[in-house]
Amino acid sequence: MKHLFEARHVTKAFTGHLALNDVNIQVPNQSIFGLLGPNGAGKTTLIRIINQITGPDAGELLFDGRKLKPDDTALIGYLPEERGLYKKMKVGEQALYLAQLKGLSRHDAMTSLRHWFRRFEIEAWWNKKVEELSKGMQQKVQFIVTVIHKPQLLIFDEPFSGFDPINVNILKEEILRLKDDGATIIFSTHNMASVEELCDHIVLINKAQTILSGSVADVKQTYKSNTFEVTFSDFRVHMEDIRHNGFEIISATADQGDGRIRAQLRPGQTPNDLLAHLMRYAIIHSMVEIIPSMNEIFIQRVNEDKQQQGGNATPIHTTLTGE
Amino acid sequence: MNKILLIISREYLVRVKKRAFIIMTFLGPVLMASLFIVPIWVAQMTDKTYRLGVVDDSGLFSGKFRANSEIEVTWLEQDIEAAKSAFKESGLDVILHIPGTQLNVPEKAILYSEKQPSLNVKMYVQDNMKRVVEGQKLAASGVDENILKSIATSINVTTIKIGGDGVEKKTFTEVSMVLGLVAGIMIYFFIFMYGSQVMRGVIEEKTSRIVEVIVSSVKPFQLMMGKVIGVALVGLTQFMLWVVLTFAIVSVFQLAYGDSLQFMSGTGIENANRLIPQAEEEIMAQGTSQLTKVFEVIDSINFPVMILSFLFFFIGGYLLYAALFAAIGSAVDNETDTQQFMMPVTIPLILAIVLAQFVINNPEGPVAFWLSIIPLTSPIIMMLRIPFGVPVFDVVLSVVLLVAGFVGAIWLAGKIYRTGILMYGKKVNYAELWKWLRYKA
Repeated sequence: MKHLFEARHVTKAFTGHLALNDVNIQVPNQSIFGLLGPNGAGKTTLIRIINQITGPDAGELLFDGRKLKPDDTALIGYLPEERGLYKKMKVGEQALYLAQLKGLSRHDAMTSLRHWFRRFEIEAWWNKKVEELSKGMQQKVQFIVTVIHKPQLLIFDEPFSGFDPINVNILKEEILRLKDDGATIIFSTHNMASVEELCDHIVLINKAQTILSGSVADVKQTYKSNTFEVTFSDFRVHMEDIRHNGFEIISATADQGDGRIRAQLRPGQTPNDLLAHLMRYAIIHSMVEIIPSMNEIFIQRVNEDKQQQGGNATPIHTTLTGE
Repeated sequence: MNKILLIISREYLVRVKKRAFIIMTFLGPVLMASLFIVPIWVAQMTDKTYRLGVVDDSGLFSGKFRANSEIEVTWLEQDIEAAKSAFKESGLDVILHIPGTQLNVPEKAILYSEKQPSLNVKMYVQDNMKRVVEGQKLAASGVDENILKSIATSINVTTIKIGGDGVEKKTFTEVSMVLGLVAGIMIYFFIFMYGSQVMRGVIEEKTSRIVEVIVSSVKPFQLMMGKVIGVALVGLTQFMLWVVLTFAIVSVFQLAYGDSLQFMSGTGIENANRLIPQAEEEIMAQGTSQLTKVFEVIDSINFPVMILSFLFFFIGGYLLYAALFAAIGSAVDNETDTQQFMMPVTIPLILAIVLAQFVINNPEGPVAFWLSIIPLTSPIIMMLRIPFGVPVFDVVLSVVLLVAGFVGAIWLAGKIYRTGILMYGKKVNYAELWKWLRYKA
């Protein structure tokens, strides 16, 4: 697998506080990469380092396999969490200016902007001042100026904040489309539902260190606990009888013979054992494996890290698919 | 480089297109031109001849009041009561009654009028009575009138500087003073006005949070310098427009009211020569010598040096202070927090203006020397000194230090700026700034 961006052993310290401690990330080409972590974990610092707003104290940054250069800012598009526009400036003029700062010629910027304004149906805003627009409208303009120069690497920090559900959907579609068109996207958010929906890979940073990384599927596989949920009807015995047979019942509800049961397998047991056992007492309707959500994994992993007394956690890397 | 040009042009255009800029640009010259025009205009408005009737009971003054373009004197042969009752029909504005006395020294006189008589009339009466009485007292003690005339002298000291090459040069202290003061004050205002515009611009970018978007495309240093240079160009544009427009307005006025202006300068000469009034030719001679003097004054000003040094200290001082102002703007979250950092930056500027009078009185003294060398005060103080002629060594030292000063200030400000613009919600103090200075890029 080719990596568009790589950070190796990146360390950054501010006076009296370590923002990043030997952080490694690998962002595969044409994928959406979730950059996760609690507040203050060091995500913003890492993003700023990728954007070359600040430099790392130590470590190496690779873009498309070579060393990251100052000119690469033209190949990166960044939508910061704390974003804004010049309030007194007209929308079109401002978008042109920001596009030109990214290295587009005036003519190219104009063509590209026309295309995007038409696409978002906001051509009428061209001559309006930014302060006349609603917050959601401003965010749309901001999104356009982020992607206007067709960057290879896009960094979105909480891109959905300030959008209504309809616009969130439009934006998600746009992000997926950008990926299909070849862009690689680093996506930082606290919204785990959108991580599951969009991300291919993730890295979880806590207290300046990587504590979890890998593809979303692999991470989930690693964190599943061999728990199954079975729904059934016509239940004929007591729950206790099932437990005697050595299944860890996590929860069970049974009402007039109908119900569901969540059971965790013990080492050596297979789902078939559970099913075979239950079949004797009830009519089985369904059986599914409980895969933890990214939300649960996030909370679990960060809490584990906390219990291990701050930064001493050993990073867990799940690399199932070879390069 | 291309990007910094983009930033400069945005900063420039945004400000030049603002309504406030346009209003100020046109209002400024009107105000400045009115400084020249209004006094002349006002003088014209009040330019009405007073008709003064005098009832001289003492008989000492008759025919001895001097002619004046504003006051027409009539010697009345009536007694005061008759004059008063005939006041309305007489067409006089004011009646002066000088009562007769035994003592030949009439010290009391009364002005009668319908309206409050103008101060001019009162002064005119007092001056003339004083002169006549004094003359009489002197004559009484045996001083000849001709001797008196020959005593009255007006003194003009010409100052000549002997240059190192032995060339003698006439100098005009008053002109140098005014020239230096105007240049110094202009630099002071320029630095303050446009320096704080830079600061506000930085704060605006910070509070609107656009700064993080921009620094992902350009280096913070480029953004800062782009703003500093862009605002400087706005300042230069405004200054240039002011000069041109003021000149234009004054010229138009001169064309329209050329006659009255000539009249004004005429009275000026008349007033200056009141002591020797009779000799017409003398007045003429004085007039031409005034004219040649004006040319001499203009000649004595070294315009290329003045303009070049003005531009240099203008720009040098601005760069130094604008960089510091930019650093302040980057360190705070809003304008009200700027106070604690503004103080130490503005104190040298204010000090320079406060000490201006002192420096002008002694432009070669140690205070003048040191203040014109230190980069924080040199832009103002050196401009005060230059019209008087400054040793080459001083100028070179000052220029070198100012260049070093603004390079240093920009470097320092750049370091604070690049950390400050991305820092929110933090109460920043000097210890914090010191930390920022030591961060690696």
